[in-house]
Amino acid sequence: MTINMSSMTDTLLTPQQVAGRRALSPHTSMFARMLLRAAVLRRRRAASALLAMIVAAAVATAMMNLYVDVQAKLRTEFRSYGANVIVVGKDGQALPSDALARVESVLGAKSLAVPFSYAVARTKDGQSVVVVGTDFARARQLDHWWNVNHWPAPQILAYLVDHPTSTPAIPSEALVGVRAAAVVTPNRQPFDLTFQGKTIYLTAAGMLQTGAGEDSRIYLDQSEFQSWTGVAPSTIEVAANGTPAEVDASIRQLAQLMPMADIRPVRQIMEGEANVLNKTRATLYASATLVVLTSALCVLATLIGWVFDRRRDFAIMKALGASERLVNGFFAAEAAALGIVGAILGFFIGIGVAAWIGRVNFHAPVVPRFSVFPYILAGSVAVALISAILPIVLLRRVQPAIILRGE
Amino acid sequence: MFPRIVYESFRRQARRKLLAGIAITLGVAVATAMIAVATDIGDKINRELRSYGANLVVTPQEDTLDVEVGGVNLKPPSDGAFLNEADLPKIRGTFWHHNIVGFSPMLPVTVKVGSSAKDVTLLGTYFDKALHFGKEDFTTGVRITNPWWKVSCGDGKQSPNCTWPADDSQNVLLGERLAAQLGKQPGDSIDVSGRQLTISGILSTGGGEDNQIIAPLALAQQILGKPGAVRRVYVSALTKPPDALSIRDPKTMTPEVYDRWYCSPYVESIAYQLQEVIPHSHAEQIRQVAQNEGTVLSRIKGLMLLITFAALFASALAVSAAMATAIYERRVEVGLMKALGAGNLSVSALFFAEALLLALVGGVAGFSAGALLARQIGRSIFNSQISIEPVLFPIIIALAVFVTFAGSAAAIRRAVKFDPVFALRGEG
Repeated sequence: MTINMSSMTDTLLTPQQVAGRRALSPHTSMFARMLLRAAVLRRRRAASALLAMIVAAAVATAMMNLYVDVQAKLRTEFRSYGANVIVVGKDGQALPSDALARVESVLGAKSLAVPFSYAVARTKDGQSVVVVGTDFARARQLDHWWNVNHWPAPQILAYLVDHPTSTPAIPSEALVGVRAAAVVTPNRQPFDLTFQGKTIYLTAAGMLQTGAGEDSRIYLDQSEFQSWTGVAPSTIEVAANGTPAEVDASIRQLAQLMPMADIRPVRQIMEGEANVLNKTRATLYASATLVVLTSALCVLATLIGWVFDRRRDFAIMKALGASERLVNGFFAAEAAALGIVGAILGFFIGIGVAAWIGRVNFHAPVVPRFSVFPYILAGSVAVALISAILPIVLLRRVQPAIILRGE
Repeated sequence: MFPRIVYESFRRQARRKLLAGIAITLGVAVATAMIAVATDIGDKINRELRSYGANLVVTPQEDTLDVEVGGVNLKPPSDGAFLNEADLPKIRGTFWHHNIVGFSPMLPVTVKVGSSAKDVTLLGTYFDKALHFGKEDFTTGVRITNPWWKVSCGDGKQSPNCTWPADDSQNVLLGERLAAQLGKQPGDSIDVSGRQLTISGILSTGGGEDNQIIAPLALAQQILGKPGAVRRVYVSALTKPPDALSIRDPKTMTPEVYDRWYCSPYVESIAYQLQEVIPHSHAEQIRQVAQNEGTVLSRIKGLMLLITFAALFASALAVSAAMATAIYERRVEVGLMKALGAGNLSVSALFFAEALLLALVGGVAGFSAGALLARQIGRSIFNSQISIEPVLFPIIIALAVFVTFAGSAAAIRRAVKFDPVFALRGEG
């Protein structure tokens, strides 16, 4: 309707008006003017074609962005399972004192390393219990799943005695596993532990529950533990971020830097993660392919309709003597322009959608990846060209006269 | 007259109808497949998360402390309490037995190897033990619960000679570190507390077991001299992520809330049920595994949900675009009908009837294609079926009809408004 009305008003212009209009755009070529007028006059159909293009490009951009970024996001989530690399002294030896600093220098800021040292101490009634020295602030970050009602104060003055007979007034704070607590301090009273004749006076600042071996242990601050037992850290648990290849590279680097230590991946964590991630990635890939194909189909349907609809333009151009090349070029240029504009607008919308999904689902925005833009652009233009050329090929066999007669 | 017009329209414009039908079929197929995958993904990923190993551990109620550092057990062997191996098949009798993927009993025994004075831990367990509970036969063991345990000939070399021992044999696996220390190969025999055992393979786990000897449970019990004794049982179960109800204490619940809690596969309620069936036991979740499942699961489920929305949106758009194009092309026909005296209503009715027919046919075809697609995705990615809920069928068909109508509505409105004179003159 609108199309018809506007073409009628065009014909009603006086020659002066037409000349005036032409004077306004004296430098544009006929070809460019045809492109522009085609878009302006049939703006409704052009808009719907452009909309389809934008939506398809946006969906494809969002999918590509997500596909790349989600894996990194999920890897971060998987780090809540704790350490994936473990550094231990060879044959149960203690690690050198600068081991932690070396590990951190290799892994950088994004990874987390926690030292642990172990000793078997005895309670007053001769029961053996494993005591672990660690850095509470780090352990708390690494082991999210530890159920702790109260973490011990960062550092209080360690009070040590060499004589097991006298006990100091202020006990040191310890984190006591629930099963160990039942043995060493059933009434939450401060208690003594002895290691090689040296006694430490402790109080259970908090209870630790994990359902695993930690429940039977008592955790102390590393410096306190070391001045009591003289045992240096023998294990460093590391949560290394990155792809399996990156983690492997870190492990090799660490092994080179610390020949006196055994560096091994925690297979339970690494393989579980790889397994779940691979399945998720494959599902995401399949879904993204389906979604992108569907949007391409949408563009194809709209554009074919749009071009097919304009068979009269096509016929008139041919009747006026336009060459096959010019007509094909005209429709191809139109499609390419549509593809480019749609790809640019759709790309930015798609980045917005991906960022929104990242915010909603992962509470962290998805980083826009401009590297996918060339693919989006090429894909959009290709789909647009295909959907423009297809009807043209069909129409080429038809005589212009038949189309103009309205059959 | 009306049915004949519709029939003839399909017969004479078969090509155009086919195009619109294909668009609807593809759109519905993608929507069906995505909905099926998204509704099933939680279940599938939950199963994959079991590759992290057991999420529950059952220990004797009156147990003494574990004294273990770096895979070496320092606890006196006869110390503490034991579970009874004969009680274990009852795990299959709990309310949520279908959710229990597998379980592995563990019995660590401190032994001397050869003439060396060094203590080594021998761990008795099930590898792939055939058990039966009631009429049900099943197998369970570390091969199911601990999929990251790998048996090789040492240094990761695979060979048919290096295998898991049978559960009733006198063969053992040697942890890779211990094997390197002792200089033993698969096929060698090893002197364990006076018994000659054959090494059937080298085990690599990346954990404390690398320093241990892994033996069939029956053998470990013989060495310890306690038939039927089990120190603890690791249970791998499919669970529902924790929520406000799961963390409540069952003792403080009203009977209705308690029933709801008991009948939900929370890790807490499964632990409670395990305690019920195994006498004198204490079941507890392994928090490292159990607590982290929820976050990972909800992230993946949320992601798939959002992508499914994108897929539904894209297929709706594709269907509307195809319908709009199909109707827009038929303005001349509309002009002719109107010139012959047809009202707007009857023209719209014709188009809607055609759209309905297309949507139904395309919907059914699309649903079947989508179901196949979902099955293919399930089989190639998860090695298991993605089942389509039958209740999805009417929903999908209704959705297809709705989207087709919505996509046609604007185009039909424009088509009936079109002046027949222009249409017939060919000025479309």
